[in-house]
Amino acid sequence: MSALEKAFTSKPGKAIAAKAGLKDPPRLRRGRTWPEGAIVLAEIGDGSLARRTLTLLGRSVESPVVDDGGEPTPGYGARIGALVVDVTGLTTIPQLEELRAVLRPAVKGIERAGRIVIVAHPSAGDWEQRSVARALDGINRTIGKELRGGATTTLLHVAQEATPGDLVSTLGFVLQGRSAFVDGQAWTVAAAEQPAETLQERPLEDRVVVVTGAARGIGAAIARTLARDGARIVAVDIPPAGEALAQVANEVGGTALQLDITAADAGAAIAAHVARSGRPLYAVVHNAGITRDKMLANTDASRWASVLDVNLAAQMRINEVLLDPATEGGLADGGRLVGIASTSGLAGNKGQTNYAASKAGVAGLVEAMAPDLAERSVTVNAVAPGFIETEMTGRIPFVQREIFRRSNSLSQGGRPEDVAETIGYLLDPRSQGVTGQVIRVCGQNLVGA
Amino acid sequence: MSHNAVVIGGNRIPFAKAGGPYAEASNHDLLTAALDGLVARFGLAGTRVGEVAGGAVLKHPKDFNLTREVVLSSALSPATPACDLQQACGTGLETTIYIANKIALGQIDVGISAGVDSASDAPITVSDGLKRALLRANRARSAAERAKALAGIRPRHLAPQAPGVAEPRTGLSMGEHQALTTERWGIGRTEQDELAAASHHHLAAAWDDGFFDDLVTPYLGVAKDAILRPDTSVEKLAKLKPAFGGPQGTMTAGNSTALSDGAATALLASEEWARENGMPVLARFVDAEVAAVDHPGGDDLLLGPVAATGRLLARQGLTPNDFALIEIHEAFASTVLATLKAWEDEDYCRGLGLDGAIGTLDRARLNVAGSSLAAGHPFAATGARIFPTLAKLLHERGPGSKGLISMCAAGGQGVVAILEAV
Ligand SMILES: NC(=O)c1ccc[n+]([C@@H]2O[C@H](COP(=O)([O-])OP(=O)(O)OC[C@H]3O[C@@H](n4cnc5c(N)ncnc54)[C@H](O)[C@@H]3O)[C@@H](O)[C@H]2O)c1
Repeated sequence: MSALEKAFTSKPGKAIAAKAGLKDPPRLRRGRTWPEGAIVLAEIGDGSLARRTLTLLGRSVESPVVDDGGEPTPGYGARIGALVVDVTGLTTIPQLEELRAVLRPAVKGIERAGRIVIVAHPSAGDWEQRSVARALDGINRTIGKELRGGATTTLLHVAQEATPGDLVSTLGFVLQGRSAFVDGQAWTVAAAEQPAETLQERPLEDRVVVVTGAARGIGAAIARTLARDGARIVAVDIPPAGEALAQVANEVGGTALQLDITAADAGAAIAAHVARSGRPLYAVVHNAGITRDKMLANTDASRWASVLDVNLAAQMRINEVLLDPATEGGLADGGRLVGIASTSGLAGNKGQTNYAASKAGVAGLVEAMAPDLAERSVTVNAVAPGFIETEMTGRIPFVQREIFRRSNSLSQGGRPEDVAETIGYLLDPRSQGVTGQVIRVCGQNLVGA
Repeated sequence: MSHNAVVIGGNRIPFAKAGGPYAEASNHDLLTAALDGLVARFGLAGTRVGEVAGGAVLKHPKDFNLTREVVLSSALSPATPACDLQQACGTGLETTIYIANKIALGQIDVGISAGVDSASDAPITVSDGLKRALLRANRARSAAERAKALAGIRPRHLAPQAPGVAEPRTGLSMGEHQALTTERWGIGRTEQDELAAASHHHLAAAWDDGFFDDLVTPYLGVAKDAILRPDTSVEKLAKLKPAFGGPQGTMTAGNSTALSDGAATALLASEEWARENGMPVLARFVDAEVAAVDHPGGDDLLLGPVAATGRLLARQGLTPNDFALIEIHEAFASTVLATLKAWEDEDYCRGLGLDGAIGTLDRARLNVAGSSLAAGHPFAATGARIFPTLAKLLHERGPGSKGLISMCAAGGQGVVAILEAV
């Protein structure tokens, strides 16, 4: 800890910081926990998907308080845990008023780390309908910035044909503590073939999952979280990181594979390792990544090449090998691929042209692959972490780190497990309808889309 | 006796010079690290393994149950039994033979062999004089008697004693013994330096190829064998002063092994267990033999493996040409060279009770991934280093490829074993 950091975290330091408007950040709710207060369901139009999904999740719901213009503004007695608004039947601008009328009492009465979830259909239809769909996006992002106490908001675009079975893993994830650091985001859930089942305690039971860069940081958290969910982890990292890698592998009861993912035969080495186990390969989480930051004016070819190779080209090469049906130990049909993008890639970040290129490239890659692999029921997604507290970000100078931390709606850095939980959600067999998505785990970082 | 004992793989930590990066680590620490790396590689966390056999040459009295204590510190199931064995520098090979035999006999399905030594953490004991004085003081019935006993302690008694490096029956160190052998067999300086340089170059090439990526796990920030000098050469080695054999001696620090710290492990199982559990099967353990020479009577201390090799090859009906690869532990470069000369020596071999010379080795098959001169030689670990290394090399050459391991050990002993790729 630097002298400045010590002063800042001391009692008098904290008092001064509080005066300056720097309060202790809110405590987030994490893990497989539900909101404490009631889950309130509001339906605008005649949609019932959210109601049926909540029934499948085994959650009872209460009716909303509606702001009908009366005085004083009506409120909730006890704090509510979540508001789920089903707007699948919302098609006109005047109907947006109905949304305001349920949102207003809810944002006032929501508990700490509560949830607002808007369930909509993807943008389609006439001019007004598509304009309204986009309006929802603006509403969602703004609520995220206004909510306090660690509460978050999410907009889900759910396909017309989707069933409660399609939405169950998503709505469960968003309401539970697993989505703690996902705020102000929107993504799409398509219809897929899957049984209507509620959330499973160990959705990945006995499934083989490869995690690259698993020796430390976010990768180690991914290994732990997915193992908690039942996965058999193949933990991959470069040979020099082998000692920490072995510890992670032993802790999660998996296997360690010392491998540089940029090696020409990396895909084959992973496949051979999996093939021996005699179990199909269910998922690959391409987490390994590096930074070689410099302003573009000082970025030479080697800084450029190494970052693009590790962060983007290597996973593309590995995917190609693992997706070849001739590869023994390759990815099974119905499998999962996840890449790690970054808010730096989506929004751009000074001094990181190479990194931004690679991370935006990951987003492009999953969007491109998803439709092509739909036939094999393989889903391909990315998560884009914002500021996550790891060894890597711990080396950023204190003042800068404190600024990064607070530059989001939750006023804090995320934890590696927050990224891991989001990946666990994408890997859930019930998340079959979630593909080609890039989900930011950034506490609604102020920069970027 | 109907089970095929096979080698699944191995794991060791990088070896390092005594007093180097592992100076603060104990045998227990080193072996736990090597074992945990093996457990991680093969996904054995929480698994009850049939038995773990390990050992160390330099051992503290408190480490009487070293391997069992290491198992308890490791990620293996605490229900895994373990034993300690010791056969000087042959320990790591002897523990492997012990495990392979138990598997072959059907007594266990899967086992781990291991060896470790820390020359940094060698057990320092008190002198006999100090020990006697302390015992007398302990038995004393009055303060005066106790004071008298303690007064018997002399400054020279207080000097700590490092473990003996000399052969108890000859008083000669291993290097001094080998200097006699070097002289007797007419081994020249240049051929010793050539062998040493080749060892470094072979080991360096194997590291560059990533050969050790699935045989070694880093420890305490050391990711590669720390004794290895990739850029050494015969010319550089030629500049070193003799270390043994007097001013005219040919043995130097460059063509003798360095005092080292390290640990190694190997995973063995019945072929059925390996296949059922989705494990790689590299090679089959074929046979082994131990032998000893009468070094107090004047025999070459480190040529024990010659008789063992001769008897083993005769029993198996094999000649050196039948082996794709041969690993001869490089205690000293001249040990390897004298061993090969002895193999070719009709009279010497007959003198050992063999039917004739063992034969000539094609040197291109010798220690192709480097050996102890370059890697280092933490005594008991070396056999457990060589075994999985050779198994992997043979496996790469294809099924049926045979390999021989020959290890010399203190006390005039030799341990040899045969592997065959599956
Ligand atoms: N920490 C953050 O705030 C943050 C933000 C956005 C994105 N990310 C991304 O999340 C991922 C993990 O980040 P982290 O903070 O845990 O980083 P980290 O540096 O702590 O861990 C990355 C791991 O990847 C491994 N790795 C690097 N190159 C490799 C290669 N060629 N082959 C195999 N393994 C290799 C490293 O050895 C290391 O163990 C990275 O892709 C990173 O870009 C992190």
